[in-house]
Amino acid sequence: MALSRDNKIQIFQKASLSRAFEEEVYRRVSNKDIQIPVYLSAGQEFISATLAVFLEQLTTLERQIFIQHRGHSTYLSFGGSLDELIFELLGDSRGCSGGMGGSASIQSKSQNIFGHDGLMGSHGPIAVGMCYGNKKFTLCFAGDAAAEEDYFLAAIGWASTKKLPIWFIIEDNNLSILTKKKVRRNWEMHDVAKAFKMESCSVSDEPCELWPTLEKYSLEKPLLINVKTNRLFWHAGAGIDSDSIPDLYKQWLSDENSFIYEQEKKRVSEAWIKCQKVLEKS
Amino acid sequence: MSKSLREIIKIVTRQHLVERNGLAMGQCLTAVGWVGGTLPELYEENGMVEVSMADVAGGGFAVGAALAGRRPMYIIRYQGFNWFNAPIIINYACKSKEIWGIPCPMFIRSIAMEGAIGPVAGSSHHSLYYRMPGITIRSPMTPKEYVKCYEDFMTNDEVFYVSEHRGAYPNSEELCDVVCEKPDICLFPISITRFAAMEAVELLQKKGIKAAVYHIESIKPIVLNEHAKPSLKEAGLGLVLDDDYRDGVGKCIALDLSNDTGAKLEAFGLDDRTAGFDKKVDNLPPDKYAIEKKVIEILERKNNES
Repeated sequence: MALSRDNKIQIFQKASLSRAFEEEVYRRVSNKDIQIPVYLSAGQEFISATLAVFLEQLTTLERQIFIQHRGHSTYLSFGGSLDELIFELLGDSRGCSGGMGGSASIQSKSQNIFGHDGLMGSHGPIAVGMCYGNKKFTLCFAGDAAAEEDYFLAAIGWASTKKLPIWFIIEDNNLSILTKKKVRRNWEMHDVAKAFKMESCSVSDEPCELWPTLEKYSLEKPLLINVKTNRLFWHAGAGIDSDSIPDLYKQWLSDENSFIYEQEKKRVSEAWIKCQKVLEKS
Repeated sequence: MSKSLREIIKIVTRQHLVERNGLAMGQCLTAVGWVGGTLPELYEENGMVEVSMADVAGGGFAVGAALAGRRPMYIIRYQGFNWFNAPIIINYACKSKEIWGIPCPMFIRSIAMEGAIGPVAGSSHHSLYYRMPGITIRSPMTPKEYVKCYEDFMTNDEVFYVSEHRGAYPNSEELCDVVCEKPDICLFPISITRFAAMEAVELLQKKGIKAAVYHIESIKPIVLNEHAKPSLKEAGLGLVLDDDYRDGVGKCIALDLSNDTGAKLEAFGLDDRTAGFDKKVDNLPPDKYAIEKKVIEILERKNNES
């Protein structure tokens, strides 16, 4: 199914929720309301928003998702509870990971989103093992740096060997903290996947490019998509590396759809206030 | 004739795969020896899964299968290979219940052996796991112990590290504690040293030394015969024997027992040096003679002190 106007609105709505959430977290980190390391996904939100809307069309699909740090937008796009994420960042036991996971190790039991242990890329083999164990469609998100881990590469190889229904989504922001990809390696993830005899490609995070790419592939076979994107904020915490980073969200934001952003911003703000009141009472 | 430990492991594994929808995962499982004859001749369609040779990822595949509820037996042919296999098991499977409320039960069959196999493959490495939370460590050396260990795993949702030893596979006898009145010393052997400890007791007896033996099958949490601590208190001296390096589980247990009873304990395991392949440079666990000698040393030191 081609990317429709309705799909675009749904994608923008999910991206707006993520953007509004990250902006709120940014403010609260700056004000020291949040005192743990946070990994903000602003700038990368269209990847998970597009995938979530794409997969939501397939209503019968039973899927499981593995994420790592910088996963707030993936968590929110795939239906993770906003309140539970807020509680989690505030270290409260009502949080999505019982207050222990912080920003990096979030999960959603209701949405089959599995948390990450902190060893970069370790969720690659775990995702493959789970997919092998139950044969359910599995999405595994990883950054371009985490995907370099040897066990992640071995996981791609075994998924290909076993022809598992798993999609690896590489969120390629070209950075490991601040070290650029070209300093770390002279190869690309989609080439590695091809060498493992897995279907793969490299695309941008622009939904109009990403969506038709998704349509080309089967959910029953392993796939790796390297999605080029931009991280707006610091690796960890609230700060900006450069004000010249292209912002896809701003390109999508217009007078016609800005009300969606305002709506989501209000929703996020109200949720924070509500959660804080709960915490004050308890 | 009663069955050997090897046969029992094979039976348990078959039952796990065929009757309980479990998986057995590992490298080179279906090769000629079927992991020392401990595996039934089953293949992938039955749940016997050959993983790639990437040790760094294999542990993760098994963890994922555990999340899927398949209760994998993950077979690590040499305990030293845990240096690559352990990270994802320890950091994900062992913490999953505590952080995310999602149990990740898996049965890690980690196999020790020694003698001419060099600096990595030899001996036990349960100490590697011991220091981390969320792990149960067992070391069954007899048929009944193995069945009990497996049953405990199946009625539990924990990660079990099962420290096996190839030297115990032919064994079909149970190992009982040696409880005696007014012992001169108490021995607390682990893994293959349990057999050597039983032989050492006889050697010591011939020299008029009374040694009690309290076998350690459940290493973490430690489970001992009810007589063990009173007996240790009475003897005032103890020796923990292990097939791992001395600076590991052995010393930790010795310290705990010392704190609990006031007795003086030492740990006796592998020397603090790298094992070579040749006999002259190998690093083996204490045998009956080494244990006998060590006990005599300890007793002489005590006599000299008093």
